[in-house]
Amino acid sequence: MATAANKSTAPAPHDVDLLIEEYGYDDHFHEHHEGDKYQSNFFTTYIFSQDHKMIARQFLITGMFWAVIGGLMSLVFRLQLGFPEESLAWLRPLLGKWITINAETGVGTLAPEFYYALVTMHGTIIVFFVLTAGLSGTFSNLLIPLMVGARDMASPFLNMLSYWFFFLAGVVMFFSLFLNTGPFAGGWTAYPPLSALPQASSGSAGGMTLWLISLTFFVVSVLLGGINYITTILNLRTKGMNMWRLPLPIWAFFVTAVLGLLSFPVLVSGFFLLIFDRTLGTSFFLNEIFIGGQALDYVGGSPILYQHLFWFLGHPEVYIIILPAMGIVSEVLSVHSRKPIFGYKAMVYSILAIGFLSFIVWAHHMFMSGVNPFISNFFVVFTLIIAVPSAVKVFNWITTIYGGNIRYTSAALFGVGFVSMFISGGLTGIFLGNSAIDIQMHDTYFVVAHFHIVMGVAAFFGMFAGVYHWFPKMFGRFMNETLGKIHFWGTLIGAYAIFWPMHYLGMAGVPRRYYRFDNFDTFSHFSAMNQFITIAAVLVFAVQVVFIVNFFRSIWFGRKMTTRNPYGANTLEWTTPVDVPHGNWPGKIPTVQRWAYDYAKAGEENISQIIPLAEGEHDQGH
Amino acid sequence: MTTLLAIACLLLIIVVVVQIGKVTELATKLRGEEEMEQISNKRSGTGFLLFLVGFLVFCIGSAIYYKNWMLGYGPHHAASVHGSRLDSLFNLTLFFTGIVFVITQILLFYFAWKYSGEKGRKALYFAHDNRLEVVWTVVPAIVMTFLVISGLDAWNEVMADINDGEEYMEVEATGYQFAWHLRYPGPDGKLGARNYKLINAVNPLGQDWTDEKNWDDIHPSELVLPVGKKVRVRITSRDVLHNFFLPHFRLKMDAVPGMPTYFVFTPSQTTEEYRRELSKYKEYQAPTDPADPNSEPLWKTFNFELACAELCGKGHYSMRRVVRIVSEEEFQAWLAQQQSYYATSIRNTEEDPFNGIPLPGENVEPAPAPAEGSVQ
Repeated sequence: MATAANKSTAPAPHDVDLLIEEYGYDDHFHEHHEGDKYQSNFFTTYIFSQDHKMIARQFLITGMFWAVIGGLMSLVFRLQLGFPEESLAWLRPLLGKWITINAETGVGTLAPEFYYALVTMHGTIIVFFVLTAGLSGTFSNLLIPLMVGARDMASPFLNMLSYWFFFLAGVVMFFSLFLNTGPFAGGWTAYPPLSALPQASSGSAGGMTLWLISLTFFVVSVLLGGINYITTILNLRTKGMNMWRLPLPIWAFFVTAVLGLLSFPVLVSGFFLLIFDRTLGTSFFLNEIFIGGQALDYVGGSPILYQHLFWFLGHPEVYIIILPAMGIVSEVLSVHSRKPIFGYKAMVYSILAIGFLSFIVWAHHMFMSGVNPFISNFFVVFTLIIAVPSAVKVFNWITTIYGGNIRYTSAALFGVGFVSMFISGGLTGIFLGNSAIDIQMHDTYFVVAHFHIVMGVAAFFGMFAGVYHWFPKMFGRFMNETLGKIHFWGTLIGAYAIFWPMHYLGMAGVPRRYYRFDNFDTFSHFSAMNQFITIAAVLVFAVQVVFIVNFFRSIWFGRKMTTRNPYGANTLEWTTPVDVPHGNWPGKIPTVQRWAYDYAKAGEENISQIIPLAEGEHDQGH
Repeated sequence: MTTLLAIACLLLIIVVVVQIGKVTELATKLRGEEEMEQISNKRSGTGFLLFLVGFLVFCIGSAIYYKNWMLGYGPHHAASVHGSRLDSLFNLTLFFTGIVFVITQILLFYFAWKYSGEKGRKALYFAHDNRLEVVWTVVPAIVMTFLVISGLDAWNEVMADINDGEEYMEVEATGYQFAWHLRYPGPDGKLGARNYKLINAVNPLGQDWTDEKNWDDIHPSELVLPVGKKVRVRITSRDVLHNFFLPHFRLKMDAVPGMPTYFVFTPSQTTEEYRRELSKYKEYQAPTDPADPNSEPLWKTFNFELACAELCGKGHYSMRRVVRIVSEEEFQAWLAQQQSYYATSIRNTEEDPFNGIPLPGENVEPAPAPAEGSVQ
C-alpha cells in the first residue's frame, strides 16, 4: 500500500480516504461524539455554535455588516468633502438633526460635529470590527483547525465567547450612533484631552463612554480568540505537522494572535486610565486645562502618555490587520500559480521579523507630538528596518508568480491586486517613517493615502482573496466568477482612483480631518480633485454591492462543489469531505508527510501534504 | 418618493447582477469549464497588462498636471531655511521609491500577463534561491541605511533648540477651540509668566500681571516675522491638543496643554518676494473670483497661512491666521506700532494688581516693588 501511494499521481478523490485510513491518526473521535450533542438544535448549530467553521462564518457576516456601515459613513463624509455646496437635505430622514436645513434656501448642511463623528466611526469600525475581527477572526477560525489537522479549536467554548463579545461590542457601538449628543467624534485614536472632556466635543460625553465600553468588549474578544489560536497552532497540530510544514496563512495567524495578545491589554490599560480621568477626577492624561470658561483642576498628567499607550497597540494593530492578508495571499498565489511559494523560510522569518519590529516602532506616529526629538532617532531606525522584510515578501510574491501557470480565479486576481497595493502603500511608508519628511507630511492627506492603500485596501484585497478562495469550504458552493471579476477590476481601478490623488493633496500640505477647505487659500485649490475622489468612492462602493449580492446568492444558488479538492491544493482543508462535518474528518485525522507547497514538483501538478515522501525525496519542510 | 426610487434602483441593480451571474453559469455549462477557464486566464492576463500601462500613465500624468499646486514642486517652494533641506530629502526618497515602484509594478503585472494559465503549460518548480533572496534583502537594507542617515542628520539639525548665545527672537502661539492666540515679548525680548488659573475673558492667556515681563507683551492678530532671522516659536495650548502648522515653512508641532513645545526656524523669503515668484505661473494669474475676470489675480492676494493639524473638535478646520514675512525695517516699524496688551486692556482696570499705583517709568517717584514670583 505504501509503495502504491508513493507512485500515485495526483490522487483521485477516493485515494484521499485511503491515505487517511492508511496513515491517519485515530483519536477515537466517534466514540466521544456519538450523536453530536454539541449541535443538537437550531440554536447550538447556528447561533451559539462551538464549531469553528460556523464561528468563522459568523465573524465574516458580522464583519461584512460593519463594512457596509463603515463604507456608507465614508460616502457621507466624502459627499461633504467633494460637494460642500450641494444640499444634503435628502439625508435628513436618515441622519435627522445632524443635517441642518437652511430655512430660506432649503439647503441641508451636514453638522461639523457629525462629520467628525462619521470620520471617527468609519476609522474605528473598519480598523477593529472589519479588518481585525472580520479578517483575522474569520480566517483564523476557519483555517487554523482545518490546516493544522485538528478537530476544532483548543477551546471551542472560549471561541464561541470570542464571537459573542465581538457581537456585544458591535451592539454597544451601534447604540452609540443614536445618542442625542452623537457618537464619539474625536478621531479613532481618541486622544485626550479631546476624548476626556465633554466640554471639548459633544461626542466625548455618552458617545465616548459607549465607545470605551464597546472597545473593551472587543479587546476581550480578541484575547479569547488569540489564546485559542495560539494554543491550537502549538498543541493541536496533527502528526507530522511540524512548524516548518505549516502553510503560510497559519504562520501569519499565529504571529497575529501573539501580537494581539501582547498589545491589546496595553490599549485597555490606557482606556481604563482614561475612564478614571473621565469619571473619578484623576489626572493621568490631563494637565492645566481651561475650557468652557473654566479652569479645570486636573494637574500633572500628560496627554502624550496616552499616545504612547495607544500606539503601543496601534502600531502592532496595523500588522494584526495586514499579516493575515499576507498569509492568505501567499497561499492563494501559490495554489493558483501552480507553483511553490518562493522562499518559504524567508517568508516565515519576515513574518516573525515584522511581528517583532512592530513592537518597537510605535512612536513614529508621534514625531510631531512634542516628544523629545532625540527619542525619534530610534524609532526612525526601527521603522525603516521594517522595509527590509516587507521588500523580501514583495519580491517573493513576484517570484512566486514568475514561471507559473496562473489560473485566474477571482481569488488569484485579488492576490495580484494585493501585491500591487502593498507595494504602492508600502513605499510611501518610507517617506513617513523618516521623521524629517514627516514634519511636513504628518497628519496630511499623504498619510491618509498611505494607510488606506497599505492596510485598508490591501487588507480588503487579502480578505476578498480569502473569501473567494475558501467560499466552497465555507458553504459548499462557488461564488460566481464573472461577478467576481467585475468586483475585482472595479475595486482595483476605483481604489487607486480614490487614494492615489490623495498623495498630491498631502504633498500640497492639505491636512486630514478637515470639514471644509475653503477657509484656507493654501488648501482650497483642489475642489475638482475632491469631487473626482468622491465620485470614485461612490462607484467603488457600488461595486461592493456586486460582491455582497454574489456572496449571498452563492450561499444558496452558487455552483456546487462536487469534488473535495477543486483547486488541486495541497493543504489539509481540502482533504475533508465536501460537506465538512463537525470534527472536520469523519474518521481518522490525516497525517502530514511533507510541506504544503509541493506544486509542479517532479512532473506532478501538485502533491498533497498527506502523500508520503517517495524514497530519497527531499522535503522542504523539516 | 426619492427613497422609493432609490430602493427601486438598488433592486434593479441586484436583479441585473444576479442575471449576469446566471448567464455566465449557463455559458460555463455550454462551453465547458476548462474552455471558460482558458478564456478567463487570457482575458485577465491581458487586463493586467492594460492596467499596468493605464496605471503608470495615470500616476505620472496626474503628477505633472498638479505640479504647480504642490508644495515643493511648483512655485510653492519652501519659505524657510530648513524647509528646502526637507524638500530635497523628500525628492531623494521619491527618487529611490519611484524606481522601486516602477520596477516592481512592471514585474508584477508583466509576469501576471506572461504566465497567465495556458493549457498544457507546466509551471516551474522554483522554491527558493539563496542568492536572489540575499540580493533583495541586502539591497533594500543598503538603501534604507542611506535614507535613515540622511534623514536623521536633517532631523537632528532641524529640531535642535537655540544654542547658548545665539541671537533669535521668540514668539508664542497658543491654540484654543478654535483659534490661535499670538503673543510677542515686546521690547524686553522676554515673554512673561502664565498661569492657566488666571485665564478669564480679559486675560486670554492667563498672564500673571505681577510679572513685569508681561507688561510689554503684545497680542497681534497676525504672525509677522522678519525675513532671515531665527525665530523660536513657543507653542502651547489652553484646552485640547492642537498642532501649529505652517505648510509653506515645512513646520509642524503639537500644542499640548500644560507642556509648552517649540520649533525653531528661519524664514527665507518675504511675502512680497514669494508673491512675485508666484506671478510667473499661469495658475496664479487667474482671477481670485472666477466669476469676475477683473478681480485681482491669485498671486496678489497670496498669504502664508497658519493652520491647525491635530483634530481638536468641530471647528478644527477653521483655525486660520495670516503669516506675514517682511523685511527687518518693516518689521521694526510694525513692532513700533503695536501696543502692549497690558497697557491697552489691563492697566488700571480691576484686573490690574497695580490699579491706581504708578509703575516704574510711568512716574518719577519710585513705585512699590511688585509682589514677585507669586507664580512662575
